[in-house]
Amino acid sequence: MRYREITFSDAINEALRESMRKDPKVLCYGLGVTDPKAVFNTTSGLEEEFGNERVFDIPCSENGITGIAIGAALRGYRSVLTHQRLDFALLSMDQIVNSAAKWHYMFGSQRPVPITIRMILGRGWGQGPTHSQNLQSWFAHIPGLKVVVPSNPHDAKGLLIASIFDPNPVIFLEHRWLHNSVRSIPEGYFETKIGTPKTVREGSDCTLVANSYMVPECLNAAKILSEEYGIQTEIIDLNTVRPLAMEGIEKSAKKTKNLLVVDSGLSSFSISSEIVSRLALAQNDLTIGKLALHDISEPTSQALIKEYHNNSDDIVVRLLDMLGLGSKKFKKRRINEQKDIPGNWFRGPF
Amino acid sequence: MVYSLIDKFDYQNVLDMMIKIRLTEEEIAKRYNEQKMRCPTHLSIGQEGVPAMLSVLTGKADLVVSSHRSHAHYIAKGGRLPQMIAEIYGKSTGCSSGKGGSMHLIDEDAGFMGSTAIVGNSIPIGVGLGLALKLDKSQGISIIYFGDGATEQGVYYESLNFAALHKLPVLFVCENNAFSVYSPKSVRQPHNRSIVDVASAMGVKSLHINGNDVNVSLSLLSDLVENVRSGKGPALVEADTYRKLEHCGPNWDDDLKYRPPQEVEFWEKNDPIDTFISDFSVPETVINEIKEKYKLEIEGAFEYAEASDFPDPSEAYIGEYAT
Repeated sequence: MRYREITFSDAINEALRESMRKDPKVLCYGLGVTDPKAVFNTTSGLEEEFGNERVFDIPCSENGITGIAIGAALRGYRSVLTHQRLDFALLSMDQIVNSAAKWHYMFGSQRPVPITIRMILGRGWGQGPTHSQNLQSWFAHIPGLKVVVPSNPHDAKGLLIASIFDPNPVIFLEHRWLHNSVRSIPEGYFETKIGTPKTVREGSDCTLVANSYMVPECLNAAKILSEEYGIQTEIIDLNTVRPLAMEGIEKSAKKTKNLLVVDSGLSSFSISSEIVSRLALAQNDLTIGKLALHDISEPTSQALIKEYHNNSDDIVVRLLDMLGLGSKKFKKRRINEQKDIPGNWFRGPF
Repeated sequence: MVYSLIDKFDYQNVLDMMIKIRLTEEEIAKRYNEQKMRCPTHLSIGQEGVPAMLSVLTGKADLVVSSHRSHAHYIAKGGRLPQMIAEIYGKSTGCSSGKGGSMHLIDEDAGFMGSTAIVGNSIPIGVGLGLALKLDKSQGISIIYFGDGATEQGVYYESLNFAALHKLPVLFVCENNAFSVYSPKSVRQPHNRSIVDVASAMGVKSLHINGNDVNVSLSLLSDLVENVRSGKGPALVEADTYRKLEHCGPNWDDDLKYRPPQEVEFWEKNDPIDTFISDFSVPETVINEIKEKYKLEIEGAFEYAEASDFPDPSEAYIGEYAT
């Protein structure tokens, strides 16, 4: 298998292309799928290769289109729906929760609904209250859904292919700030198993559990902790939040005795709350913590957002405090960095 | 016209089907207070005309979805009666293995793809079936049953728009019984606006019929179905009709006085079965023969349901995911 460096968004594009080549019943549609910007380039060239019966733009009808995908699934079609923001997909909650998630169960396991719903998570540059929500815990609350949250180009490709060929409805959450991240990944068709968190860094002193954009932040934090404090951090990439596989997390917690869950969603009723509660019930000799967003909506102004999101500095501080080492002497490395953009290269608008 | 002189075999089958549905629903109503059918149950008594007409105009290749009041649609599409009754009884032999109840019926072998309980919910799903039929180059069409209340949902308009845009083989069937639970259409939609006019304006060929008048409506409906089948795009039929019993449950409820007595009386006179019998002068002996034929089948369905086992409680935990 040949490897080469590609971006997260190109990895998504390859996953769609490979899936559509493999099975003529895979369809791809959503707002902007065939427009000149092709959903951050993730759907570029698909209409040209597969035709406008299988790849098409849609009316602004999120709920309707989700029902249409479900109906097509009842005849064996595997639709990949795309929402440029998760927030837009909220219009389709009836179809997601009452139909897609329940169809197989409530009709006595007769008919699967193999649909994949891509939702892009926005952040910063004024995305504000209604273009930035990571509601992974909402979807993870619903029996019948699978919720996949990749953190890198390799998993983006492998997990998206696995999602498309999974017989169940899969909510696939892509962080907009990951789209330009690069990694060397295989060409061609491969699947990454859903529901299998990965240990992306081994360590003996403490464990970080994170997904999506918080994984690179955790990797940065682990580097700082190792270099400045000699603390060896294990990192678990929770690439699926439903079904939630606890085995790897429990095993790591048993080893390190210290575990911090880093959540890119709001704090209350969150994935981090769920993991912390499960661990607390299972093991009583642990130091457990969570780092998530304050329970308010993301504000728009760059001034208001300064303390809203967490980065590697915040992770280091929380972990040092949790370990009883104190964080007052830690010199934050990214004090001058703006928290409303993924890097100084970013020029907007979204 | 005299019944023995009906030249189209179809009309007799419509009558048969209306009686089959009526007797089934009456038997459910009769037994409902035994407390063995423990789920919300919306009966179709008085509304048999439209599904019975569609039963003779559609075949195996055609697909149906419906909503909470779906017994008539299931039966008319050829859904298995014992499995439907067993489902209402919550038995493991039910068409949804006891997971769905009266509001979630399915018989894919008959082309009845599912009924769901949220108003308007199955409308886009039926459009998706239409999309699949078009991609498959199938001769089948997708038939979507819903009530007048569903035409107030946003997703109804989304569905009409998409079906028109893609010229999908979809027949939207609005059974207008003038009420959403106890709320008359007058408190829900402007007086002068008609459902068919809106659908027409959206590019969907539309027809308004009296759903209880088989004599007049069957040929009109037949033309509309053929139009959809010939690939000319979606169509909508708004069929006026009336439910005789309460919104949900086995009882007569006009003591609540939410429906004008003259309206109730009008529809009592326009009962689809009585109207058919009178229009075609169907002899009583013929009616009795039909009733006799279905009595046994319906009796058998209830016996099957009663004799079937309940699912084991452990089965509640099976089926979250397909494998």
